Amino acid sequence: MSQQDKSQYYVPAQSPWPIVGACAFFLIAFGAGHMVADLQDPQASQWGSLLLIAGVLVLFIMLAGWFKDQINESRSGLHNRQLGISYRQGMLWFIFSEIMFFAAFFGALLYLRVIAVPWLGGDSNNAMTHAVLWPDFVPQWPLTETPDGTKTQAMGYWGLPLINTVILLTSSVTIHFADLGLKKGNRKQLSSMLFITILLGIGFLFLQVEEYIHAYQDLGLTLSSGVYGNTFFMLTGFHGLHVTLGTLFLLVMWLRIVRGHFSSENHFAFLAASWYWHFVDIVWLCLFLFVYVL
Amino acid sequence: MNSVASTTTQDTDDHGPAKGIKRWLFTTNHKDIGTLYLWFAFIMFLTGGAMAMVIRAELFQPGLQIVEPHFFNQMTTVHGLIMVFGAVMPAFTGLANWMIPIMIGAPDMALPRMNNLSFWILPFAFTILLASLFVEGGGPAFGWTFYAPLSTTYSGDSTALFVFSVHIMGISSIMGAINVIVTICNMRAPGMTWMKMPLFVWTWLITAFLLIAVMPVLAGAVTMVLTDKYFGTSFFDAAGGGDPVMFQHIFWFFGHPEVYIMILPAFGIISTIVPTFSRKPLFGYSSMVYATASIALLSFIVWAHHMFTTGMPVYAELFFMYCTMLISVPTGVKVFNWVATMWRGAISYEVPMMFSVAFIVLFTFGGFSGLMLAITPVDFQYHDTYFVVAHFHYVLVTGAIFSLIAATYYWLPKWTGVMYDLVLAKWHFWCSLISVNLLFFPMHFIGLAGMPRRIPDYSIQFAGWNQLISIGGFAFGLSQLIFLVLVIKACRKRGAVVNHQVWDGAKGLEWQLPSPAPYHTFEKPPKIE
Repeated sequence: MSQQDKSQYYVPAQSPWPIVGACAFFLIAFGAGHMVADLQDPQASQWGSLLLIAGVLVLFIMLAGWFKDQINESRSGLHNRQLGISYRQGMLWFIFSEIMFFAAFFGALLYLRVIAVPWLGGDSNNAMTHAVLWPDFVPQWPLTETPDGTKTQAMGYWGLPLINTVILLTSSVTIHFADLGLKKGNRKQLSSMLFITILLGIGFLFLQVEEYIHAYQDLGLTLSSGVYGNTFFMLTGFHGLHVTLGTLFLLVMWLRIVRGHFSSENHFAFLAASWYWHFVDIVWLCLFLFVYVL
Repeated sequence: MNSVASTTTQDTDDHGPAKGIKRWLFTTNHKDIGTLYLWFAFIMFLTGGAMAMVIRAELFQPGLQIVEPHFFNQMTTVHGLIMVFGAVMPAFTGLANWMIPIMIGAPDMALPRMNNLSFWILPFAFTILLASLFVEGGGPAFGWTFYAPLSTTYSGDSTALFVFSVHIMGISSIMGAINVIVTICNMRAPGMTWMKMPLFVWTWLITAFLLIAVMPVLAGAVTMVLTDKYFGTSFFDAAGGGDPVMFQHIFWFFGHPEVYIMILPAFGIISTIVPTFSRKPLFGYSSMVYATASIALLSFIVWAHHMFTTGMPVYAELFFMYCTMLISVPTGVKVFNWVATMWRGAISYEVPMMFSVAFIVLFTFGGFSGLMLAITPVDFQYHDTYFVVAHFHYVLVTGAIFSLIAATYYWLPKWTGVMYDLVLAKWHFWCSLISVNLLFFPMHFIGLAGMPRRIPDYSIQFAGWNQLISIGGFAFGLSQLIFLVLVIKACRKRGAVVNHQVWDGAKGLEWQLPSPAPYHTFEKPPKIE
């Protein structure tokens, strides 16, 4: 970093958006808390869900407003190089926190497969657990029959999951070409490659929904069919949520690119979106390996 | 509208704060946000303290006296949650906001608007948590550790509110930590090299890393509790192939680094105050940095020492026992360095130093009882007794809280521009010191004798000590009101005006600024010699 950049710091002005965001989080948390607690009760009032929906709306208004201000400030040249580095570092740490969130679920999967299920079958010092509680239980993975007798079928990796893997890997390549296009100043390559990436993302989500329907209708594999179903749906579900957000993120980038935003020097938002997309792809590779193949 | 506001900011360099409530709602100023964090933490400290008073009132005599057992459980649970997430963590974040930009010569935090968001989530999150106490069936009553199946099978309707409030607290902590880490990595003034950074900055850098690494794991744990309770999953239910012990593994993978999140910044504070009043540079600066980093790394591989009695295989118990004992080495380095700093120093006992010396002695007590708990075979006797309660209150109250109080007494004149009431401060110190030991020291005895924690009733043999403990508890609670009065007086500028160098032995960039520190500092980077 040059000395000139550091001689004048940039401090952003006050903004109403953060407090709007805090209100949105409050509405979402309070609304979701009531909605979930009222799930079992058909007579319950719906105000929990209404608060939740209101919260999500406020959240999107906040994001739109905040980013609009941010984009205007960036395009009027207020941001300096140091702020750009702060944004990049912040985004990398955010992705690290996301990795740790997935690590909690991958850790649970590992523990269940390697420790919990074998122990229920009498492994280690648990012979009595098996003999007294569930003598008929067969420890295996995928766990197609739970100790209390819930049966399900395992999801193979051939077919939809494999196609989805190919789709996401391809999308990682296309967004890389979009990135190269931006750096070379080839805007046609940038916008077309990004557009293909978005289509691949949507295609992935579409097939994921197909797969869920197949699991629920044909295989009897549901969220509540024991730890195999739990880990399957929680891991793929949170990943799918991240793909959805990533696709929206890329879509906003595409709209900005069509309007002529970003240059080969000034393109943090696009860079962040592409990092996020690569992260989502890598999570899927781990998923494919540990949830489907092994 | 906002872009117009920011252009005017560029024109006037030394504009003061906005007027009225908008200043606090929309602020991007690290000092304003630091102040908000500190006041919020103090209010939460008093709220959680009031719940502790309920607990101690119930335990004043054996037998069920004042509250129902279910309400007692809610009090222990919410007391723990509030003190951990509402008092200690926000207070340290408040200090980080106030001091880190000044200490490294930066104009503000790296991401000032996100900074505002991470603060303002907290009052909302704790509103939800406190509101859950009024839900039909009561608030969370499963202990702050919310072990399954207490939190899944046997919990009330408020569990979902608890889960989502923890979620948004986690979002707040992660954003706060990202801000701290980016500020330290990217905003240091030229010449502020890594090994010149004040130790408070170093310890917070490592703390922020721990926060980003483990808060998402907590989010995963509460999510699994939510789906187990409401959506039919069986992560923690053996009938579906899960394991309730897995909850403890996931929770403590978060929980143990969390313990260091609450103590590492305290180490930084003590390492700042002790050299000032010993009039000597800190002994072993670089060993302090390495010790902090090793404590943080070790904290990831010791979590199951909270679970020695869960029936883990012996090799796992041994692994976690030895790793835990290893932590006493870098911690010992720290205590040695503080004492060596004071050795043959020209020591004067101003109030921050009194609290710091009390910290060193009493935190070491807490460390020793921790070492006892780390020994697997004897932990079977101590587990879930008041010995554990005594241990973690020694490290959290006489550790974390004492360091926070010491930090306040150290930097309050810099924040307000006036010296606080020294008579009140000394009263606060002696009342706190005596009452806190009356409160927590006898817990070692009744714990070793077998009194279980989290039970509203107890065997008659523990009556005498419990009465004494309760008296200590009420006295400690009342002593903190002295602190409240003192801080309010200082904030209203009642006291002698101080110059920029409040303490003659103090080093660091914050003492080059006038007192009170101006609203904007270091708009041009300072020179670091």
